[in-house]
This record gives sequence, C-alpha cells and structure tokens, in this order.
Amino acid sequence: MTARDVWPILLFGAIAALLPLFVTAGTLLNFAIFTLILCLAAQGWNILGGFGGQYSFGHAAFFGTGAYAAAVLQVRYGVNPYITFLAGIALAALVGWVIGFLSFRSGLRGSYFALVTLAFAEVFRVLANAASFTGGAAGLLIPLDQRPANFQFESRGWFYLVVLALVVVALLLTRALERSRLGAQLVAVRENEEAARAVGVDALRVKLSAITLSAAMTGAAGGLYAQYFLYLDSTIAYGTWISVEALLAPIIGGAGTVFGPVIGAVILHTLAELTRMMVGRIPGIDLVIFGVLLILVVRYPPRHLLRFLRWRR
Amino acid sequence: MRSFPAEIVMEAVANGLLTGAVYGLVALGLTLVYGVLHIINFAHGALLTLAMYAAWVCWAAFGLDPYVAILPLVPLFFVLGYAVQRLVIGPASGGNDQNILLVTLGLSIVLENAMLAIFRSDTLSVQVDYAMEVIEAGPMLLSFPRVVGFGVAFVVAAVLFVLLRMTDTGRAIRAVAKERTGAALVGIDVGHVYAVTFGIGTACLAVAACLLLPSFYVNPRVGNAFVLVAFTIVVLGGMGSVPGALLGGLVIGVVESLSGLYLGDSLGQLGIFVIFILVLLFKPTGLFGARA
Repeated sequence: MTARDVWPILLFGAIAALLPLFVTAGTLLNFAIFTLILCLAAQGWNILGGFGGQYSFGHAAFFGTGAYAAAVLQVRYGVNPYITFLAGIALAALVGWVIGFLSFRSGLRGSYFALVTLAFAEVFRVLANAASFTGGAAGLLIPLDQRPANFQFESRGWFYLVVLALVVVALLLTRALERSRLGAQLVAVRENEEAARAVGVDALRVKLSAITLSAAMTGAAGGLYAQYFLYLDSTIAYGTWISVEALLAPIIGGAGTVFGPVIGAVILHTLAELTRMMVGRIPGIDLVIFGVLLILVVRYPPRHLLRFLRWRR
Repeated sequence: MRSFPAEIVMEAVANGLLTGAVYGLVALGLTLVYGVLHIINFAHGALLTLAMYAAWVCWAAFGLDPYVAILPLVPLFFVLGYAVQRLVIGPASGGNDQNILLVTLGLSIVLENAMLAIFRSDTLSVQVDYAMEVIEAGPMLLSFPRVVGFGVAFVVAAVLFVLLRMTDTGRAIRAVAKERTGAALVGIDVGHVYAVTFGIGTACLAVAACLLLPSFYVNPRVGNAFVLVAFTIVVLGGMGSVPGALLGGLVIGVVESLSGLYLGDSLGQLGIFVIFILVLLFKPTGLFGARA
C-alpha cells in the first residue's frame, strides 16, 4: 500500500468525523450511524462478493451471529461489552469459515452458493427464534447503562465516531487486501476459477480466507447494531433484510471497489429517507425503490460514472 | 422424542402428502424455468404471494370462489410471466448468471414490498364454507381443501406433461432446454420459448395460489415460506425434472408434517432447511457446482 492508496480513506474519515460538530439533531445522527453500520456490513459482503465473485444471499448469518454473541454474552454472562463485541467478530468469522468450508469444498458456486447461504441464514433464524438463551421470539434487551466503559455513550456523537473509526479500519483493510497477493488471487478466482487454479492458485484457501474476513466484518456490523439499538430479535439479527442490504449497497455503489459499499449505502439510505419525506411512512415503499434501482443498475451498469471518477483521480 | 399413536402419525403422513402435492406444484414452476432457462428464479416466492393476493381480491371484490378464480388467473399469470421474462429479466440479464440472480432478487423485493405498501402486513384469508370440512378416510380425517389441492396438483402435472411431450410448443421448449444454439439454428425463437416457459411457470403458481387460499392465509411475506421449500424440492428432485418436482414435493410435505409433529411448530421448518443444505452440499459436484 502506498500513500496514494491510503489518503483518500483517511480524508473520508476526517471529513466524516466533522459531522457531529455541525449536526446535533438526534434523527440525523441516528441516520448517519445506521448508514455507517450498513457500510460495514456491506463492505463485508463486498470482500467475498465483489472481489471474490461469490454472491452470498445469506450474510445475515454473520450479522446475526455478531449481534447475538455481543448481546447474549453481556446479558446472560455479564461479560464486558468490548470483549463481547470482539467475541462476536471471532464467532462470525468462525461461522463464515465453516459455511465456506462446507460449500466451497462441495464446489458450490453461483446460484447454488447463493441458495445455500440463504438456507444457512434461515436455519440460524429458526434456531434463534426457538432457543431460550437468545430470548426466543420475544427478543433480547441489553440493559441501558450509559458509560463509556460499558460501550454505551450518552451522546450519539461518540458512538458515531466509534462506528466511523471501524468503517475506516474496514476501508483500509479492504484496500490492503486489494493490493495484496491474496487480493489478486481472489480477483483471479472471480474472473476465471479454472484458469486461476491452472496457474497454481489454491482457490479453496483463497475463498476461505475471503469468506472468513467477510464474515468478521459483517459480524462487527451486527455487534455494533446490537450495541447501538440495545435490542435484538431473530428477524432483525438473521432476517433477510440485512442479507439484501449488505448485497445491494456494493452492487449499486460498485462491487469490487473499496468505496463502492460506502457510496451504495449512502445512496440507498438517502433515497429511502427522501422517499419517506415525500410520500410519508408507507411500509415497504423504500424497498420498492431499492429493488427498482437494483434492476436498473444491473440493466444499465453505471460504468460511465465509474469512468468519470477514475478520470478525476 | 415423544411417541404418538399410529393413527396420529398416519394422519400426519397423509396430510403431509396432501400439502406436499401443492408444494410440488409450486416447485414445478421453478424447476421448469430452471430446466429451460437455466436460471434460479428468486422472484418465484413473490410471484406466488402476488397470485395469492390476486385470488384474494377475486374473492373479496367479486365474490369469486378461489377454485373458480383459477380460470381467469391462469391466463392472466401466464401473460404476466411472459411479460416479466420478455421485458425485465431477459433484457437485464445479458445471459450472465449473476445478473439474473440479482434481477430476480430485485423483482422479488419490488413485488413483496409493493404488496406490503398496498395491503399492509395484515394477514388476510378467505371465508368459504368448505374450508373446515373434512373427509373421512378410514381412521383418518383429511381436510377437504387439501384433498382438492392434491387432486388438482396432479391434474396440472399431467397436463404439463402432455403439453411438453405432445405439442409443438412443448417440443420447442424441450429443444431449447437441451440445446439452445441448435434450437435457434433450426428456426426456434429462443426468446419467445423462454418467455412462454416463464409464463407456464408463473401460471402454475396461480393454480397453486388458488389451491392454497381456502386453507391458508396471505400476507406480503407468505411466498418466502414456500419458496425455500420449493428450492429444496427442486434440488432434491433434480433441477429441471417435472416428475422429480412432484415426488420431491410429496417427500418434503411428509418431512415437514412429521418434524412439525415431533419438534413442534417453531422448529418444524428446520427439517426442510437441513435437508436442503445437506442435499446441496453432498450431491456430487458435477450435478451442482458445474454451472457457474
């Protein structure tokens, strides 16, 4: 990685960090925090789907695992929330590795990989909904205790900065991956797995590394979600909504690019807010627009926009 | 593990078979589209939900019995499916597997949430006087709507079989499924055949929706419950196989019914997902991962 790789990310972080100075309205910070959490989940998807070409429809499995680990360990066992957050990341990574091992070793690709990830997420959802230590269908409430030592802040601004810092770390990691040998091998597998194998790339190992890192990042997003909203149930943690969000943002913003997920998440959620302002709170209307946007982006790939951005750089 | 008297287990098996036939019908549309277009249609569940709402509207607005509603809804959904493939999926996909995946996902998001916006998340059902009727079969009591569903599902499968075997359209569909380029070379309009196939798949959903409605409810997410089941059946029965879909449907119906009996309602669906994952993972790679 060179300075040229790093400074746009740091610049983004620095500018975004100024937001709490100008914005004190709770709703806007709320919006910003939620969008950043989704950026993180989407960046996770982007590593496996964007760089690796393995489209997962079940990233909820990782998001939910990160979220539930963070919540269950502190509520049931009184573990410090910072430690449970890290434990959530580790557990999500493990779940990612296991799902990856099972499906990649069986040679699942394309639609089949999408299907099997979807099914895994559903299994987790059904289990979390039925088990008692997850709070079952009633969900799990993290008690309010606003101390920084407890990973809860009185002002939303602080939480915003923490989430932003993690997003910047994720961006740097993604950039480092892109520039690394592993990243190059991952792209090679995406473009043509047989050819990559033929020149000696260990495709299974590369894909496993990608899904593990991917799951860890999305798991971190889940942990932050639990820590911010202090409530979880199985449809939030393992629901299809997060699998879809994690996939939409990179696809719309540019899959396989470092900033794609961030651009996509910001576009999507700004659009969703604007729609709500214009037509009121009709349930589902924002997702109708997301869906139309997804079809349009696939139909008319925004290469011109990307070319423009590249030229500016 | 709890143990149940033999009659209860038998009844669960019978009810599972009855429901399974309708599952098979849902899977039939999916497997046909897969077999010919080689795409996994993620919008299948949302289209089923749409069909169920259509049948509900027929009943609520025009007083049409769901079984009678089959007559107008089948052509309507055939045209809808034809148009969706011709105007949305076909042009957007560009023949790329991942694009098709995303377009059908986008379509399902649009349909599902449009229905959420229109009908809200309330659960709707139709009230027909035969909904609770039962038929006595020896020691078992079988629900009348399910028995009808079972019968009609087999009739539809038979009609489809004849259509594919004996008609020119059917021959064209099978030709395209086997060898697309060859079919195009002998003058078959592949785009048209694709759209017809998609239309038939969607029409199957219209029938399934009308069969389900008397004994089931409808809400914007109801299709999701069926579509994972349908995916499981399609994978179990062999991608693209019509008899496989029906047989797989029966198997899955029984599995669901029995695991519901033994594990309780909240874990009942787990049996299906586990089968799904196991089949996906452990069927030979050549059958599955071969097409990327």
